[in-house]
Amino acid sequence: MSAPAVQTPQQREEVLTIWQRSRPGRRAFTAPGAGVPERPIDELLPARLRREAPAELPEVSEPEIVRHYNRLSKRNFDLDTGFYPLGSCTMKHNPKLHERVAALPGHARLHPLQHPRRAQGALELMWRLERALAEVAGLPHVSLQPSAGSHGELAGVLLTRAYHADRGDERTTVLTPDTAHGTNPATVTMAGYEVVKVGTAPDGGVDLDDLRRKADERTACLMLTNPNTLGLFDPNIEEIARIVHDAGATLYYDGANLNAIMGVTRPGDMGFDIVHFNLHKSFTQPHGGGGPGAGPIAVSDRIEPYLMVPRVVRREDGDGGAEYDLDADRPKSIGRLRGFQGNYGVFVRSYAYIRSLGAEGLREASEVAVLNANYLLALLRRPGVGEHLPPAFGERCMHEFVLSGAPMKRELGIRTVDLAKRLLDFGYHPPTVYFPLLVEEALLVEPTETETRETLEAFADAVAAILAEAAEDPEVARNAPYTTPARRLDEAAAARNPVVRQPLPA
Amino acid sequence: MSRYTSVTPDDLRAMLAEIGVGSVDDLFAAVPAGLRLDRPLDLPAGMAEQEVYGHLRDLAARNVSAEDEISFLGAGMYDTYVPALIDSILQRSEFLTPYTPYQPEISQGGLQVMFEYQTAISELTGLPVSNASLYEGPSAVGSAAYLAKLANGRPEVLVSRGVHPHSRGTLRTLAPGYGQRVVEVPLGDGVTDAAELAARVGPDTAAVVLQQPNFLGAVEDVEPLAEAAHAHGALVVCACDPVPLAILRPPGEVGVDVAVGEGQTLGNRLDYGGPSFGFLAATEAHIRRMPGRIAGETRDLDGRRGFVLTLQTREQHIRREKATHNICTAQVLNALAGVIYLSWLGKRGIVELAELLLRRADYARRALTALPGVRPLHEQPVVREFALALDAPVGAVIERCAAEGVCPGHPLGGDYPEHPDGLLVAVTERRTRADIDRLADALGRAVAAERDPALAGARA
Repeated sequence: MSAPAVQTPQQREEVLTIWQRSRPGRRAFTAPGAGVPERPIDELLPARLRREAPAELPEVSEPEIVRHYNRLSKRNFDLDTGFYPLGSCTMKHNPKLHERVAALPGHARLHPLQHPRRAQGALELMWRLERALAEVAGLPHVSLQPSAGSHGELAGVLLTRAYHADRGDERTTVLTPDTAHGTNPATVTMAGYEVVKVGTAPDGGVDLDDLRRKADERTACLMLTNPNTLGLFDPNIEEIARIVHDAGATLYYDGANLNAIMGVTRPGDMGFDIVHFNLHKSFTQPHGGGGPGAGPIAVSDRIEPYLMVPRVVRREDGDGGAEYDLDADRPKSIGRLRGFQGNYGVFVRSYAYIRSLGAEGLREASEVAVLNANYLLALLRRPGVGEHLPPAFGERCMHEFVLSGAPMKRELGIRTVDLAKRLLDFGYHPPTVYFPLLVEEALLVEPTETETRETLEAFADAVAAILAEAAEDPEVARNAPYTTPARRLDEAAAARNPVVRQPLPA
Repeated sequence: MSRYTSVTPDDLRAMLAEIGVGSVDDLFAAVPAGLRLDRPLDLPAGMAEQEVYGHLRDLAARNVSAEDEISFLGAGMYDTYVPALIDSILQRSEFLTPYTPYQPEISQGGLQVMFEYQTAISELTGLPVSNASLYEGPSAVGSAAYLAKLANGRPEVLVSRGVHPHSRGTLRTLAPGYGQRVVEVPLGDGVTDAAELAARVGPDTAAVVLQQPNFLGAVEDVEPLAEAAHAHGALVVCACDPVPLAILRPPGEVGVDVAVGEGQTLGNRLDYGGPSFGFLAATEAHIRRMPGRIAGETRDLDGRRGFVLTLQTREQHIRREKATHNICTAQVLNALAGVIYLSWLGKRGIVELAELLLRRADYARRALTALPGVRPLHEQPVVREFALALDAPVGAVIERCAAEGVCPGHPLGGDYPEHPDGLLVAVTERRTRADIDRLADALGRAVAAERDPALAGARA
């Protein structure tokens, strides 16, 4: 099938950057008057330190800026518009209330160096969020400081390093399963350890024999996701914890998949020493097209002395009230990982979410996430889909599941990428593709708890329709998408000859 | 059923039947019985939307924000005016709610925003390649030092004491992990001591890290410092305040290899320290070892211009343990605010804004240093921020001013014991001459009271 003759409005429009809309002399900004005596600039800043040619920023009026970015926005697909079952990313609804409360001036215009006595509301909010996360994790101590999951991972591995170093124990390796998120091994390298991969057993869990062989006196830590990236809860987790702890290593929980287990079971109870949370996943900070997020960590007593500074502390005042403060005087701390206290605006949203849901609501969120995932998996196991896209591991899952497109590729002649691209024409964001790496033609599907039954059914119907279409003519999917703002893009050309900014006339 | 889920009892029955289990509990069969939480989480019960709003409003009311007092706090984040169009555009679902653009065909808006952002940062810094944002300023300094380590493998990073204490702290946290030691270079009269730097830089130096303007507000003469570093093959990393770059020689012209910085002042709120964004731009030589996302231009099947995430073989999701960095989620929405803000200011507006800061800071510096008991901590040129030395206990002075509704600035003694009663004062375009005059009154009275033996230490 060739491309439809009619282009969508987003396709018809010429792609121009804001620089290409710039015309000399236009402007949006009116400077307020300085209101102070005008001294010559030369007296304030010597010429040798001053810029000669101005930075070539665009010259545009306010209406042009608004129109430009509104038009650009229409070239994005988003969660508020449609189903976004991107595995491992927990694309759950982002409540609108959160934007309103985060914008309250008492939060939004609070300076991070305001004296703690005059930031009591913010510190109390952080303290309460820490307590709530500690309860969900089943670990007593929390630092909110890391800015994203991978930042939390880095904190966790550096804490592990500090813990071992403090005991005079030099260790050199970190174990990661071959199913791990890419951030795990990348973090290990940044923290100066060597990655040792642990295999996966046929049932999708950690290969215990391989783990026993590899966990030794060199092992600093095992980083694990549970449920793992195959969407399976590893039932051997207690044995895994025993092996790791017997080797003297720490056990790190990658919290990317926490949305499956809130209120049901807790990483701390499983034996984990360090947990990171993705507030932009389980706790619904909007993803913003790639951030911001936050990656708080919870730790056990033995890791606590090394936590980042500053810590939020609460002191009872004797009258039933309390005062909150920041404590940087912690001699064994690894120090700080970033400026100030972390992504507070994200904390406000996630705290609001936890207060909206409460204990029952959080558990219900996880239960429905798992219910929705299993329902969608069941629908996709029906004839018409199941024979082409079988589950990679078993017939049940936690909050997400992996399908293999290997039979589809063999029998229908379309690859997972083709299915994903054709889903775009049906108005869906596709699942995560080609991850985890050990499943051929993998498709990782995470529907989340905020989707309706009808949405899941319609998505399953769309997958079935695409496969039926491919049985007739695989070219349709191979050349998809057709109706999107852009069609398939040449990524190889972009990488070969990188153009990473708008070229400007000299 | 919570307000964000929608499984009715009928749905539940039908869904369980389709799955082939009797209850939701059965779906958790893989969780060993001994690990099941046998009680509800110990958290407060859920609340109605309006109750949550009320609670969050009450917490906000217990903060003294820049809305409530005249604040001269800076030290890395500044109470700048965020134009209304930014609120409006950032609240669009199409920018607020998507994930990282892994599917470029339906993410052209976000990818083009990254491309435009990279262009703006490249222009400001005078360096050809920018990534699509990092977490924030101090961690971006850490990322730049890691890039230097990847580039030349040397074991030491030299950092000026003019670099933000949080950036230096972050370096000290990260560097031992990847095997670097951090050595500080002292200041002389408020700027990096060139002779001390020349004495310390050598074949072990991976990078020299500077800040412009530095933490004490002083404009550094970067070029000779960069020459000293390059003479020994070290990279030059400079953390820059982006708005002053409108009138300062750009990093790319004075020998900086990697420019980083805190982007909060570009259209982002204070938010008690985040989220904002960090930027990182570098010379062409470093493009394949840069951290984070980078958008690149290409063509689609029909030959139309489009954008993709490019050079992904640097990144963790492809390269895993061989990646140049572990970052995944960055700060794309905040970077969008940044590029909208820079378009709003425009080529001439950003110069006007920087000159406004220069003039008001100069006025404030003169007004305050004319007060008895208040001296300049250094005499170097400044743009938006300057340091004072008080002849009175700075903590007590700050409390007296706060009682008058003025926050006079940030005390320096904690990070600079050599300046126990130092005060760092920041001026933004929101601080009018009248505000500055009020600061001068309050600070003058507070210092005088603390210097008067009869009043010192008494509550203001």
